[in-house]
Amino acid sequence: MQLRDTPEEAAFRAELREWLAENVPKLPPEPDHTDWPGRRAYESQWQRMLFDAGYAGINWPVEGGGKGATPGEHLIYLEEASAAKAPEVTVGFVGQMHAGPTIIAEGTPEQKAHHLRGILDGSHVWCQGFSEPEAGSDLASLRTKAVRDGDHYVVTGQKIWTSNATVADYCELLVRTDPDAPKHKGITWLIMPMDLPGIEVRPLITAHGTAEFAELFLDEVRIPVANRVGEENDGWRVANVTLSFERGTGFVGEMLDTTNLMRDLVQIAKVTPKGSGTAWDDPGIRRELGTIAAELDALWAYTKRNVSAGAKGGLPMGSGSAFKLSYAGVVARLGDLALRILDRASLAMDDIGGQATGAQVHGRLHAFAVSLGGGTSQIQQNIIAERVLGLPRER
Amino acid sequence: MDLTLSDEQQALQEMIAGFASDRFDIDTVVRAFGEPGGFDRGLWAELAALGTFGIAVAEDLGGVGLGVIDAVLVHEALAGGLVPGPLVAATLAAGLVDGVIDGSVVPALLERPAHGPVVVEHLRDADVLLVVDDEGVAQVDAAGLGGTLLAHPTDPITPVTLLEAVPEGERIAGPEVAQAWRRLGSVLASAQLVGLSEATTSVAVEYAKERQQFGKPIGAFQGLKHLLADCFMRTEVARSAVWSAAVNIDEPEAGDIDRAVAAARLMAARAATENGKTGIQVHGGMGFTWEVVAHLYLKRAWVLETQFGNPDDAAELVAAAVAG
Repeated sequence: MQLRDTPEEAAFRAELREWLAENVPKLPPEPDHTDWPGRRAYESQWQRMLFDAGYAGINWPVEGGGKGATPGEHLIYLEEASAAKAPEVTVGFVGQMHAGPTIIAEGTPEQKAHHLRGILDGSHVWCQGFSEPEAGSDLASLRTKAVRDGDHYVVTGQKIWTSNATVADYCELLVRTDPDAPKHKGITWLIMPMDLPGIEVRPLITAHGTAEFAELFLDEVRIPVANRVGEENDGWRVANVTLSFERGTGFVGEMLDTTNLMRDLVQIAKVTPKGSGTAWDDPGIRRELGTIAAELDALWAYTKRNVSAGAKGGLPMGSGSAFKLSYAGVVARLGDLALRILDRASLAMDDIGGQATGAQVHGRLHAFAVSLGGGTSQIQQNIIAERVLGLPRER
Repeated sequence: MDLTLSDEQQALQEMIAGFASDRFDIDTVVRAFGEPGGFDRGLWAELAALGTFGIAVAEDLGGVGLGVIDAVLVHEALAGGLVPGPLVAATLAAGLVDGVIDGSVVPALLERPAHGPVVVEHLRDADVLLVVDDEGVAQVDAAGLGGTLLAHPTDPITPVTLLEAVPEGERIAGPEVAQAWRRLGSVLASAQLVGLSEATTSVAVEYAKERQQFGKPIGAFQGLKHLLADCFMRTEVARSAVWSAAVNIDEPEAGDIDRAVAAARLMAARAATENGKTGIQVHGGMGFTWEVVAHLYLKRAWVLETQFGNPDDAAELVAAAVAG
């Protein structure tokens, strides 16, 4: 086992750190969390800068246009980008973490030629049309139907929790192409351009007041058959290529950003009056913070284990679920602690007293996105219990 | 960067686990080692002959010459098999005190208390007591120490003695060794906590597959599945922290060792105590009996979680490191 950088990794880290120090300050001020067109422009600009410097698609294979970095370099990239406070990946998440990797693995040469470059250089933004009102944790029971009509699928139905839909160019869409087959066997994965007739996007405001989700209403949308990724009725398998990616390292960048939020909270605690001193003088608060920090450190070590195991032959069964389950718990506890420290300043999501208090309240609410998105914590527990521990299956 | 087991490391863990299950079956552990006079020096020497205590001691000192990480893997496997005895003390002392490495001298270990009487594990069976403080390590002959062997140790496999006072003893090492022992001792105890976390989960999972209620195995109910899934999560998160701390001791330039060791203790103590409690709960009423082994994992976890640093102190240390 080894933690230290190899000479090649140390060189990669030094070069990257220098590039980040030079380029992050060139960005304009970060748009508000509620301004999605602004966020799209901001992130796309950053993605273009990464692309021009050769850092886009850091862990994508070279044949997909990515950098093809080693697992060690990938983690160094995430670590350094977070330390440099480079923009978080939000509107780019679906393209970079789901759609792009899926097209690399399963797409046709034409699909690769048309889509990968746009994701890498920030010009194309994707959204995810998987969940439906009646197909949440039980995703495979989705009902949005697609009927073949010559060279097109005619798609009608409704999607929900469609991240970034208000600013997206393309949607990775799961549809039912065979209503008579067992539920996992009748699903197809389609690329849906968001400017087609028949698509209505209704923003869905989250509990923290942002429109990162939307509902999609699809009324006889005609999607070319050439936009199908994988075979007809093989979409469940194709979709799982991306879901395992999400449960692998999809939350790691966000976890590192949470570490930044934790450090900010310490600074807030040190200047927040409490009793005759500050909140940081309270041993209960310090120990809870120390325990949270220890768990974040442990999750970073867990990531290194998983990524290095993945490079040697595959993620250990259940490790992505255990990572996400643990992270969902610790990010919620950090938010709870923040509310204790902020006390009355937690009554607004605005910054109070010259401190970045709003981000802490926002963070407590955002924790629900972690415990609910990408498979709820209870679904992760079921996966671990049944597939790792071998307990009897529910279904 | 690589935090995976090599083939050799995997074989090492399997070898230790196999030895533990062959030679330290549960009756041997509880009856022989739990009762006064039952400490089996022959079996202890067999354990030593595997290289268990000298695993991270240099070869020219009679050790195996492997790293702290390898010692950690050994201790995970030892605790998983509920192997009794002063395992951490013997591993720390193997390179310093004659006879410990081959099992002929049995050590007990203590951090010098600031005040009052002190409870010492394994002094009943020890030849020497090693006392760690900021100045270094002191050695005391166990024979003349006296003290009161307590009749009802919380963990029946870990005998404890009450000492009214701790003699100065003979100084055998300085502050650098004391610092190294505190770090290594903490991480080895944490490694044992990980081994306990995993083992108590396995026992509970097997029971949940067999025990039938309402016409099906109780493990089919989500109420139990979710408890056991949390056990798996805690074990893996803790294992990651402990391995990372061990490699950090082997590679001091890789990070803040004290922070890593403290984080490992926090995660490992949580995993072993929470999983230990879950292990009893999953067994239902039987879990609360002396006969079923579930309680032994929790009790060993309680013994280990305060060795070279308790979770509260560890949390303070990590918080201070974050605050800078």
